[in-house]
Amino acid sequence: MSDSHTTAARGPLDHHFETLEQQNETCSIGMWAFLVQEVMFFGGLFACYIVFRYVYPEAYQWGSDHLDVKLGTFNTAVLIGSSLTMALGVRCAQIGQKGRTAGFILLTMLLACVFLGVKWVEYGHKFHDGLIPGVAWDPGPGAPNGSRTFFGLYFAMTGMHALHMIVGLVLMTFVAVRSLRGRYSPQNYIGVEVLGLYWHFVDLVWIFLFPLLYLLGRHAGGGH
Amino acid sequence: MTTSARPSYLATQPKEDNYLSAGYGVKSWLLTVDHKRIALLYLISLTAFFCVGGMFAVLIRLELLTPQGDLFQSEIYNRLFTMHGTFMVFFFLLPSIPAVFGNFLLPLMLGARDVAFPKLNLLSWYLYVVGGLLSFGAMLAGGVDTGWTFYTPYSSTYANSQVIVSAVGIFIAGFASILTGVNFIATIHKMRAPGLTWFRLPLFVWAHYATSLIMVLGTPVVAVTILLVAIERLFHVGIFDPALGGDPILFQHLFWFYSHPAVYIMILPAMGIMSEIIACFSRKRIFGYKIVAMSSLAIAVLGFLVWGHHMFVSGQSLMAGFIFSILTMLVAVPSAIKVFNWTATLYRGSISMKTPMLYAMGFIGLFTIGGLTGVFLATLSVDVHVHDTYFIVAHFHYVMVGGVVMMYMGGLHFWWSKFVGRMYPEGLARVAAVLIFAGFNLTFFPQFILGYLGMPRRYHAYPEEFQVLNVFSTAGASVLGLGFALPLCYLIWSLKYGKRADGNPENAAGLEWTTTSPPPKHNFHSIPVVTEEAYDYTQREAPGV
Repeated sequence: MSDSHTTAARGPLDHHFETLEQQNETCSIGMWAFLVQEVMFFGGLFACYIVFRYVYPEAYQWGSDHLDVKLGTFNTAVLIGSSLTMALGVRCAQIGQKGRTAGFILLTMLLACVFLGVKWVEYGHKFHDGLIPGVAWDPGPGAPNGSRTFFGLYFAMTGMHALHMIVGLVLMTFVAVRSLRGRYSPQNYIGVEVLGLYWHFVDLVWIFLFPLLYLLGRHAGGGH
Repeated sequence: MTTSARPSYLATQPKEDNYLSAGYGVKSWLLTVDHKRIALLYLISLTAFFCVGGMFAVLIRLELLTPQGDLFQSEIYNRLFTMHGTFMVFFFLLPSIPAVFGNFLLPLMLGARDVAFPKLNLLSWYLYVVGGLLSFGAMLAGGVDTGWTFYTPYSSTYANSQVIVSAVGIFIAGFASILTGVNFIATIHKMRAPGLTWFRLPLFVWAHYATSLIMVLGTPVVAVTILLVAIERLFHVGIFDPALGGDPILFQHLFWFYSHPAVYIMILPAMGIMSEIIACFSRKRIFGYKIVAMSSLAIAVLGFLVWGHHMFVSGQSLMAGFIFSILTMLVAVPSAIKVFNWTATLYRGSISMKTPMLYAMGFIGLFTIGGLTGVFLATLSVDVHVHDTYFIVAHFHYVMVGGVVMMYMGGLHFWWSKFVGRMYPEGLARVAAVLIFAGFNLTFFPQFILGYLGMPRRYHAYPEEFQVLNVFSTAGASVLGLGFALPLCYLIWSLKYGKRADGNPENAAGLEWTTTSPPPKHNFHSIPVVTEEAYDYTQREAPGV
């Protein structure tokens, strides 16, 4: 409520905000709105998944049987663990522990890399088995009608998820460096907070992907 | 801002202190994070794409002057109407009012110094331009012939044009739209000046709030649809192509889930401008303010539940057809509420027929025709008769041009002095407004009749008995073109020779009018405190004529 926007002594407050509280709440609502559009984006993929599950139930069962549940379960645990370390990082930022904030973010990044590494191995197996449509497709004679669509959707969904994780890695690097440089304080840690929101969302997408792709079809077929 | 007396600093404001004089180099524009400059960047790029889209419209109308396909082959004609639709819908109409007027005015109307995320705002413009240039490049490389809807299998199995490049362009421009929506939502929630409660907001802001919700909820769905088309084409995965085991109707569902609400992304901001202009030029508060505000939200919500009315003949179930038909008719209710309330606002108002008001009057008539023919089309049996005829073409041009473009022009005149600090020539502007109204009706009203008589859309040749009406339509398009060329000339002329405007030439209500014209770089010297409702015209005299 003053002319202070023209002076340099505004610290972490951007030129167009009046108070830190306003700035923090604005960033938070911006991230929530962004996550809403992410839900709709993945929602389109889930809608396709549902439609073709109804059309090709055998292909979905067959496809689930060709996914590696052990690696999928391991990755689920890794990703949930990374959500925990991220939450701890946000907490440390909240109480002003800059080094620990960066440390927990680095740990989260490490877990994210483990997840992506395992995913890479899984994709490699699919390549070896000839289960990548358009790249290496030779599923053998037993593949039911629609299995190409199942694996197309599998790569589209897990690929988009992995892309979101890679974006998250870039954002985490940025925030960790800023934390080490002392850009955050207990009054001003919204950057860490919204990064946490984003990361939990990415985690949550996997929580839906894992059972839908790996577990559901297997169960319908009576197990292997 | 309580009375018509203006703060003295408005008159004595030094010339240096405005957003246009804050920097002159190319860099000061291309790297700006000032919402007002970004709005002008959009204005320039939108005008360019409007001209590209308009050029294709000219070629289409020339071909249809005669019944024979003598000017173009059918393959070329397919590209002409596709490029016309693509540029006009994705690179003009969708961003138009939010990107120019929303960007420029939201922070001013809210009493804020900028939108919530200024850098994101600039990124949106770059995404829009990159998307637009990609589509432009696709046009130069031969164009697209699928129709603006990119229906499969035209865009998959039988694609023989630049589908991928063009689709990538639209995909990228879609993210510009999403980020603008995110930005506006955060801005409207958190950047309001002290005392500016939700029900004191101008209806322009309400309209943009509803629009932003659609941008955020709808656009990602069309983005993922385009992505799936790309995956299908690159990796031959059956998703939409029946030959590969996909479902072409699924594409239509996903496409219209976005593209029908997208109609409301275009029309809702136009309705917002409408409320501002009607209130100012009849010197009255909008009749039933809260109902008009809520009807914007109702349109946004209902708009998501009606997409199936584009698919009555596609093979969706009869039950789905019933439901979509009824829901579509429901959307007419909040739209009609708005039209009735604007009309009621005029009652016993002190009306002055200046240029923006002429456009507003045009909007009421044209939008009513466009909206009511929409109810015809929502009726299952009628739709089967006129589906894919010129009746549809006329209907959506009445809403898109008669509604959105009329208000885009109305807003441009209403806020032009705020944008550049100078007035447009009133007499010439009124002539242009009348030309546009007359030319528009002459172009598109015959198309209702043509469609009802059975002339299908998207063909370059037609039976001879349709020629008279088609000649009318092409003649009207020439008048319409002249009507658009005039403002382009006199607005550019006014940049240098227009009469200098003070901060509030119409003595209008609203925080944007409390600043100088053009506004200072950071909009307000101190953040205003709002103590009154929107459109408080009881104490405001109309300016002397």
